[in-house]
Amino acid sequence: MSETNSRPAAGARIVLRDVTKTYPGQAGPAVDSFSMDIAPGELIMFVGPSGCGKTTTMKMINRIIEPTSGSITIDGEDVLSLDPNELRRRIGYVIQQIGLFPHMTIAENISVVPKLLSWDKKRTRDRVEELLAVVELDPKTYAARYPRQLSGGQQQRVGVARALAADPPVMLMDEPFGATDPITREKLQTEFLRLQEKLSKTIVFVTHDFDEAVRLGDRIAVLSERSQIEQFDTPANILANPANDYVSQFVGHGAALKRLGLIPVNQATLGPAVPVRGAIEVGINDSLRNALDLLVLSGGTPVAVVDAHGRVVGSIDIERISAVLGAEIVPSALTGARP
Amino acid sequence: MNNSFFSDFGLFLTKRSADIAESAAEHLVVVLVSLLIATVVGVGIGVLVWNRPIARSLSIAGAGVGLTIPSMALLALLIPVLGLGWVPTIAGLAFYALLPIIRNTVVGLSEVPPAVSESAQGMGMGPVRTLFRVQLPMAWPVVLTGVRVSAQLSMGIAAIAAYVGGPGLGEMIFKGLSSLGSKNALNYALVGTVGVILLALLLDAAFVLIRRLTTSRGLRV
Repeated sequence: MSETNSRPAAGARIVLRDVTKTYPGQAGPAVDSFSMDIAPGELIMFVGPSGCGKTTTMKMINRIIEPTSGSITIDGEDVLSLDPNELRRRIGYVIQQIGLFPHMTIAENISVVPKLLSWDKKRTRDRVEELLAVVELDPKTYAARYPRQLSGGQQQRVGVARALAADPPVMLMDEPFGATDPITREKLQTEFLRLQEKLSKTIVFVTHDFDEAVRLGDRIAVLSERSQIEQFDTPANILANPANDYVSQFVGHGAALKRLGLIPVNQATLGPAVPVRGAIEVGINDSLRNALDLLVLSGGTPVAVVDAHGRVVGSIDIERISAVLGAEIVPSALTGARP
Repeated sequence: MNNSFFSDFGLFLTKRSADIAESAAEHLVVVLVSLLIATVVGVGIGVLVWNRPIARSLSIAGAGVGLTIPSMALLALLIPVLGLGWVPTIAGLAFYALLPIIRNTVVGLSEVPPAVSESAQGMGMGPVRTLFRVQLPMAWPVVLTGVRVSAQLSMGIAAIAAYVGGPGLGEMIFKGLSSLGSKNALNYALVGTVGVILLALLLDAAFVLIRRLTTSRGLRV
């Protein structure tokens, strides 16, 4: 969203122009004239049903799949004119099945790209330790282990660490959290957001889970057949203003609730501080969705809002929450529905 | 009777110990050399064909048909081309050892999950590097099992190679069989046969050790 611009620009700009992929023997193209500008440090989500060409589109960026026509540039450099192996060493790549090398230790797995780039031993070893710490795996415990000795969630963290090894400006992620259980997935998503906050890579992230897209993305591209872009905008704008029926269908039920999940309580105009009833209180930096959840439990009486130190700074009720949604982005769309 | 047989056999062993040791050593060497050749050729063929359905079927079927040729016949056929002695023996043995090695190389490489190969590609490893650093090391335990099967196969067939003047314990078996009724006939046949069995067991034990030493801990279940 808006903070994209204030982040340090560690990523690279990716520009796709009329990128098309036609497989031999198939009538229509799998990806038809796809164009997109991705700003440095942006986290772009490709969302769409299976078979819509979102993965194919992503894999053309590192030329795992060669485009039939069109151009792709990374920081102005034409991807198609580079040696594919050189190119891929500068692009982090994480896939759903993770693809760790089972015959190598965790440290060896993470060292693969640094070794390809002929880093010296000490630099590689230091980098492995640093990355394991970044993904919250203790290097002393895990560096010498083999992938099969790790849980699915831990393996996926190693997958992310391995992709980050040579500090690539661009990351491609193909449903990286798709195979994990819901609790692990949420934890990985939170950690991933925290990581991206620091690293500001340019990331193309493919998912079929719209909620994941809303949670993680700076911008979301909703794709349909042949990788056609139905809408490309911020999560808040897509939720508030789906471009067409296809997008609305993808957004699914509970668009308002999903929007509330993106907005912190401090965006609302708080009511007067009320005495805390029982333990029902919400932090000022929690989402409005959490606040609403608590309001349901409180039976509708205003819930106390507390700051980071636990001091009550105000209260919030359903009307104040609704007002935030009404005031956000497009008042015109909602004024008709409101008295 | 029994006692006299054992003392007789014991005497034979002591008197011929140098001969027996030499035959056993030759037997082992001829098996190891042909196994080495078969491994290099078989893994090479496996690597070339595993990802090409037609070539894969052809080479596995071809090696399978080859295995059905009776070893005596094959060795005899090799005489006009390669003559007698070590050369036809090694050629024949290597030929029989190919099938299990090719087949297991193909199976081992096919069992590498496509996701692992794709992530190798995605990290900027070329096809050759992916083969040597990822695919072959992962397929190695299966390939080695093929070599081990071939080793057992070769041990037995090597005994028959005495027919083309090949070295090894087969000579003793043939000598015994061709002089049935004579004093040492049974002793020769017995020493040759038991010797082959013992060598085969020893080599198999060696493979257990090689497997432990050359397989990554990450692949051991």
